[in-house]
Amino acid sequence: MFGALIRIDSVTKRYPDGTVAVDRLSLEIPDRSITVLVGPSGCGKTTTLRMINRMVEPSEGTILIDGKDITQQPVNTLRRSMGYVIQNAGLFQHRTIVDNIATVPRMLGWGKEKARERARELMGRVGLDASLAKRYPYQLSGGQQQRVGVARALAADPPVLLMDEPFSAVDPIVRKGLQDELLRIQDELGKTIVFVTHDIDEAVKLGTMVAVMRTGGKLAQFAPPAELLSDPADAFVEDFLGADRGIRRLSFFPSSGLELLTSPIVAVDSTAEQIAARATEDVPYLLVTDLEGRPLGWGEPDELTAGEIAPERLLPYGRPFTAGSGTLRAALDCAVLSPTGWAVAVDGDGRATGVVSQQTIAEAIRGAHAEGRTDAKAAR
Amino acid sequence: MSGFFDIPSDLQHSWLGLVGLHLREALLPVLAGLVVALPLAQLCVRFRWLYPPVLWVTTVLYAIPSLAFFVVLIDYTGQTELTVMIPLTVYTLVVLVPAIVDGVRSVPQETLAAATAMGFGPVRRYVQVQLPIAVPAIVAGLRVATVSSISLVSVGTLIGNQGALGNLLNDATIYNRPELAWNAVITMAVLAILADAALVLVRVLLTPWMPSGTRRRKTGARPEPAAPALEDAAR
Repeated sequence: MFGALIRIDSVTKRYPDGTVAVDRLSLEIPDRSITVLVGPSGCGKTTTLRMINRMVEPSEGTILIDGKDITQQPVNTLRRSMGYVIQNAGLFQHRTIVDNIATVPRMLGWGKEKARERARELMGRVGLDASLAKRYPYQLSGGQQQRVGVARALAADPPVLLMDEPFSAVDPIVRKGLQDELLRIQDELGKTIVFVTHDIDEAVKLGTMVAVMRTGGKLAQFAPPAELLSDPADAFVEDFLGADRGIRRLSFFPSSGLELLTSPIVAVDSTAEQIAARATEDVPYLLVTDLEGRPLGWGEPDELTAGEIAPERLLPYGRPFTAGSGTLRAALDCAVLSPTGWAVAVDGDGRATGVVSQQTIAEAIRGAHAEGRTDAKAAR
Repeated sequence: MSGFFDIPSDLQHSWLGLVGLHLREALLPVLAGLVVALPLAQLCVRFRWLYPPVLWVTTVLYAIPSLAFFVVLIDYTGQTELTVMIPLTVYTLVVLVPAIVDGVRSVPQETLAAATAMGFGPVRRYVQVQLPIAVPAIVAGLRVATVSSISLVSVGTLIGNQGALGNLLNDATIYNRPELAWNAVITMAVLAILADAALVLVRVLLTPWMPSGTRRRKTGARPEPAAPALEDAAR
């Protein structure tokens, strides 16, 4: 089932002691996309999320899903039509992985075998090995548990997925893997995902739309991530985005427009003539590659001796960027990391396809800003 | 010369008969205590303010000597097994209620939130999530209650040979046969150890989901079995 449109209409949550967690919030959450609620702690982002499945009831205002008021159906029916993923996964420690995932289908009256079959299918979808089916949660790593959490939320194929800081408790490498996996799954399934996080980088990476909230439960800005980075609505949003938003904004510009030089590349077994021919006035260094074309490092033309180039004496080339799918941010990062100031572009197999200087990248950045050309897809 | 297992005829039971009687008088109260403690503990979890007074009452009841109970009860239930089992049932509550409350409360917040978000109503959540996860803590409580109950049954000898194996202690003095006292003490100790082992086995069978290395640690706050045993000795 594809995602549904969620409309939050001037919703306020006031607690009996007078605290206002969410203050007249209105949001139109587009269907079949990821909308991220981000903000500092106490900004009401989790409260907002929990109002969508009525774990918190609004004091004022209404929430509509595909035009229908969510209070118009029994609360547990509503909840079973929404997946929910939580920090630390919140798995049932007394049930096997496959039975954890099958929980909602079982409650919806599916037969045991059908529910388990569905659970196994989802394990594959979220990248879990089938051999884990009969294990218990304690036998899984944090990242694997979180994958089970996502599979469990998807089990009954709900149109809406609510995710409450789901990846906050795992280490950065695992988190990146889970984020990439979520984007991949979303490409396949097209759910309406509402994602809560306090991590602006995560918000920018995952969100089709990002709602920045401020303490007191007010909406500060609601915009696509590229717009957020280029035009923060006020000082609070700018401050929340952090000091290097200019650099991060480069994630939204593809590097495919960069003009790559292929001349200053020599193979490790090159002859003296080849080295001499490749050395030009404008390029002070030559990139040496192995016999398959993978970069080894930079050398000055004078120091490269034909036939006996020693890879260990070459200058490091930093971290190459991928020519087709990389972003200007990756290219710039590569140029900054490289002692020569030149960035190395590689293809999908890691073979060098060209080099580009900091100056060229800087010009591309200026050009991109001038055109205001943003491509959200490039961020991924 | 009478043997170790020759039971004086005034007890009207063989040794095995006494063992059976002893187990019945000790285990029925534990079972009854569990039946009372489960809803009581659930009320304490639901209404937090109720827990301290309930705990206070169970502790005070535990402090009442069984003799005092017998004096009151004997007018109603006479010199019967029931008179012995009622105070024993009451005593188990001091262990079982906190064990169940702690066990149910030890269920992680995110597990409860996830259950609610998936559309579990309160009853389904209690039966399918909270109780199963509380099983290790509940069994830990049952172990203490059971061992304590097995040792306490013997006071029943004071109200006309209702103490099962405990009656042997009395007969040991009457007939000047110290081996009967040894028999009583050793048999009760063996019964306690066997019952305890049986409960451990039940726990292991019920909780395949527990990491084996941390089974003891994860059961949470649990009274040390030695403490009530010492109190029983003093009683």
